[in-house]
Order: sequence, then C-alpha cells, then structure tokens
Amino acid sequence: MSEYDLAVVGGGPAGAAAAIEAAGLGLRCLLFDEGSDAGGQVYRPPAFAAATGGPDAAAGAALRAGLAGSAVERAFGHRVWFAGPAAEAAGFELQAVGPEGNRRVTARALLAAAGTSERVFPCAGWTLPGVTGLAAATILLKSQKVLPGRRVVVAGCGPLLPLVAVGILELGGAVAALVDLNGPADWLAALPGLAARPDLALRGLGWLARLRRAGVPLYTRWGVRAVSGREAVEAVEIGPVEADWRPSRQRPALRIEADALCLGHGLLPASELTRLLGAAHAYRPEAGGWLPVLDEAGRTSLPLLYAAGDGARLLGAGAAPLAGRLAALAAARDLGRLSEAAFAQRAAPLRRRLRRAARFGTAMARLCTPRPGLVEGLGADAVACRCEELTRGELGAAIAAGAGSLAALKAATRCGMGPCGGRLCNATAHALLAAAGRSAAEIGAPSARPPLRPVPLAALTGSFDYADVPIRELSPR
Amino acid sequence: MTVPGPGRRLRFTFDGVSLEAIAGQSVAAALWAAGFRALARAPRSGAPRGPFCAMGVCQDCLLLVDGVAVESCRVAVREGLVVERPERPA
Ligand SMILES: Cc1cc2nc3c(=O)[nH]c(=O)nc-3n(C[C@H](O)[C@H](O)[C@H](O)COP(=O)(O)OP(=O)(O)OC[C@H]3O[C@@H](n4cnc5c(N)ncnc54)[C@H](O)[C@@H]3O)c2cc1C
Ligand code: FES
Repeated sequence: MSEYDLAVVGGGPAGAAAAIEAAGLGLRCLLFDEGSDAGGQVYRPPAFAAATGGPDAAAGAALRAGLAGSAVERAFGHRVWFAGPAAEAAGFELQAVGPEGNRRVTARALLAAAGTSERVFPCAGWTLPGVTGLAAATILLKSQKVLPGRRVVVAGCGPLLPLVAVGILELGGAVAALVDLNGPADWLAALPGLAARPDLALRGLGWLARLRRAGVPLYTRWGVRAVSGREAVEAVEIGPVEADWRPSRQRPALRIEADALCLGHGLLPASELTRLLGAAHAYRPEAGGWLPVLDEAGRTSLPLLYAAGDGARLLGAGAAPLAGRLAALAAARDLGRLSEAAFAQRAAPLRRRLRRAARFGTAMARLCTPRPGLVEGLGADAVACRCEELTRGELGAAIAAGAGSLAALKAATRCGMGPCGGRLCNATAHALLAAAGRSAAEIGAPSARPPLRPVPLAALTGSFDYADVPIRELSPR
Repeated sequence: MTVPGPGRRLRFTFDGVSLEAIAGQSVAAALWAAGFRALARAPRSGAPRGPFCAMGVCQDCLLLVDGVAVESCRVAVREGLVVERPERPA
C-alpha cells in the first residue's frame, strides 16, 4: 500500500494550496520542496529579517501559516530527483535528497507543481561573471538584499524588467539602462489582459513612474548585442531591434559602461516530472513551451498524475493556487474521496476565478513569447550552451549537417547533456532548429531522465550510480 | 555592493580571506556582496564564470564548502564556514 494518497512536488503557491486543499479533504498528503519553507519563487521565505516587507511578503506569510495549520506532512530541504511507477503498489515512487540523505516514498496520486526556471537567450559575452538572469536578480534583491552591481543594465522582456530595475534603485544601486525588447505597441496589446488585475497593473505603473523620477534611460524595442569585460562585466552594447527582435542593421549600437547585466526572456516551465513519467505533452510557446496536456482540473493524460502552477502553464502567481486547488479536488475525486456532485460544486467557482487570473498571467507571458530574430541575429562565436561551451556556430553546423531534432542535436554536439540538464540551452536549441525550418513536432520535447535536478554527490547515500549524476567535475588545482 | 541594514553578522573564509555575511545569506550572495563574482571556470576555455541563475540550475557557482562541492547559491553561510574555489580564476 502506498504511504500517501497524494505527493506534491513543489511548495510554491500552486503546490502549497493544493496540499492544504487535499489535506482538508482527508487525503494523506506529503509536500516536497527543496527550499527551507513553502512560498516558491514569488513568496520566497525571506533569508533574514531585513528581507521582508511588501505585498508578496504578506502573501507568503499567509501561505506558510495556512500550511502550518494543516495536516500536510512537509518535507522541506528535499530535492526530488526521481519519479516512476511504484514497484510494489499502484501509484508512484519518488526519491528525494534531503538533510538526512536519500528518501524514498510511494503515493497513489502525484501532483507536479515544480514552477519554473528562467529562460535567457544568449548574446556575445553573456557567460561573463556579473551577468545574471532577471529572475535570478529578483532572488538577489528580494531575499538576499544584494545588488547585482553598482551600475546595472536591466534587459530582456516582460514584467520582471521594471520589477528588477525598481529593486535595484530601492537598494541604492543605479540602473544604467532599462532595455526592453517590446515596444509600446506590444505593451498596449497586453492591456486587455492587464485589466483583469487592476491592482497589479497599478503596481506596474508605479514602478514606471519611479524609474522615470530616477531618470533611468528607457530603451524600448532595443536589445543587448554584446557584453564585454576581462574577468567580469565592464560594458554592455545595446541596440534597436526589428519587430522579430533581430538586431536592426540600419541603426547603430550604444556602448554603456556597467558592472552588471540582468538579462531574461521569460520563464521556462519545469515540466520534467510529467515528461519523465511519459504523460502527453504539446508545444505551446505562448504558455511557456513544452507543456503537459491537461484537462480543466489539471489531470494529465496519465491516471492520477496532475500538474498545476507555472510549471504546467505560465499563468502567473495569482492563478497558481487556484489551479493547485483544482488539481487537489480532481485527485480527491479520482481517489474516490469526493463525490462527482461535491467536486463539481467546489470546482466551479475555482474555475471561474482561475479564468480571470489567467487572463493577466497570459498577457504577461505573451510579452515573452520568443521571436525568431533573437537567435537568428546571434553571432557564430557566441556561446549557446553554457555547460558544454558550444557556440552558435557549432550548433548551426550540426543542424546544417542534418541534426533536425533536440535529440539529434544533443547526440551530435552534447548540447543539453551538461549539469543544467538542458534548462539553459533547450530553448535556444529549439529556436535554432526552428530557424532552420524544423517544426515543433520534428524538434521534439527535451528528454527528461533522472536525476530531475542536479544532485550533489555528497548528499547521496545508498545504492546509486554516481556516474548518472551530471554535476560538474571539480578538478583540484 | 555592501549590504546595509539589520541582521546578525557571521564570519566565514573564502580562499583564506575572512569575510562577513548576514545570517541567512547564501554563500554565493555573500561573496557577490563582497565583490567576489568569478567563482568557477568554464569547462573548455577556462574562462571565469559566476553565479548566473541563483536557483541551482547553472552550476556556475560551484564551490568547495567545508570540503564538499556544492551550489553556493543554495547554501546558507554559517559561522566559520571554509569556502574555497577548486580552481581560482586568475
Ligand atoms: C527566480 C524567479 C523569480 C520570480 N519572481 C517573481 C516575482 O517577484 N513576482 C511574481 O509575480 N512572479 C515571480 N516569478 C514567477 C513566479 O514563479 C510564479 O508566478 C509563481 O511563483 C508560480 O507559482 P508555482 O507554485 O507554480 O511555482 P513556484 O513558485 O516556482 O514553486 C515551485 C516550487 O517547487 C520547488 N521545486 C521544483 N522542483 C523541485 C524538485 N525537483 N524537488 C523539490 N522541490 C522542487 C521549488 O523549490 C519551488 O519552491 C518568479 C519566477 C522565478 C523563476
Ligand atoms: S547560481 Fe546557478 S547554480 Fe548557483
């Protein structure tokens, strides 16, 4: 018999809300998160007392209090690295590395709520120290109270741009330039969606006013062309882009002295768990890329496997808990713990609220839907795969020689085989293949295999093949 | 890039240099605040690398912490921690 009715991977707003709902319905529920507490990316537990304040902090505290008052069993500090069908009982087996070593559990139902990592498309010099992701910068600023630099260029697309720029000002740093691939017309197109959350839209306007007051130079429909420096960032070259985000040839670039660049192009749903288990996936670039096919309540194509939150669809923090609760209701229903009538009655209002919240999240995600010029304008010498240090030219040569899918490109070049597990290069590889005329079906979803996330050797005990762990070799000097 | 404000201070060493951090900060963040951003080296060229993702994906922050290779962005500083670069960027 399985130890748990429901295991939830990810304690962000989606997973935490799902776990609380499930436990409230009497399900034995186990919640995994590799962080020290629940909250996920948006409501990260503050690292220390100084790092609090703001509406997100209050929402995070409420979420953690709700969880503490529930019957949910919590496994924080645990990184889930394996999932498969349970050998001895119907259901799933999970393995996670935690403070006490490896832990193996079984559960009848499984909810993937693993959130996102960040998508950053390459540019020349982006591997220099001092270049961070935009979402990475929110972590530095919000939970670590560390400035990315003294004079920072903030570039890319989407709502994290003004968030990061304002965060830098608030900690006393200078924003040398805010460089947005989108122009006013792109933001105008997002307005109807923004209207679904006037509170958040107002917050955004407040950020823009703050940036204007501080005299931050704003470049719209511009992008980063190159980063330069010897041991770290010293200057960032920016220039105008065309509608497809390819560097404009007509208009010159501008060199900006800066000691850091925060660069990001949206979020990348962590759908490894559902891919590893073999659920059906479809390519939906506007919602984040390769995503599990779901019904209205978060059921995947496999029985008793569910997905919710940004890891399933980029719908944003407001939608995540609603999708999580719906999936919990579906699990309770499918496990026979909730009647169809009770399920329908509870699900209906959640669905309504989810549709509304999703309008805002979808509008934000669309601002980051990749456009082809981003990689087509990339120089041959630019590093495209950070782990293996493969250039755009090397990948291009393999594609020209016939590699027509992610899998073939990986076999030909090792792109995606490094410790990042492809999270930092798959979007680029996909875009390069698409630029060569390959369809999403030909390109294929990235393969997922254990470990789902890098597992430090030292944390593992028991029977485990060290050769399978793709953590980078550390050679002593 | 120093960090003003409240918070208990801790000391740790980085390649033998004594540094200060705020309790709760990650090793990578404390090093970043102290001006150390080149932590690792690229596998082929040996070019310097530094924390990029801040969330345990890129591995460009891998350091020896008390002798164990870990993602320094995901390890909190503790008093007396000994942190080293396996290969020091020039
Ligand atoms: C770095 C970053 C910063 C962001 N900052 C903001 C922001 O400031 N404001 C905003 O509105 N949105 C922000 N977002 C978007 C935000 O993530 C989402 O809208 C919201 O957090 C989604 O909630 P979620 O529950 O789906 O996922 P998340 O909040 O991402 O939660 C997923 C959780 O799963 C855990 N997890 C994943 N894989 C595993 C595993 N294998 N084992 C154990 N645990 C695992 C993670 O530790 C994480 O806590 C940010 C995203 C990122 C990546
Ligand atoms: S900064 Fe990327 S793993 Fe630590």
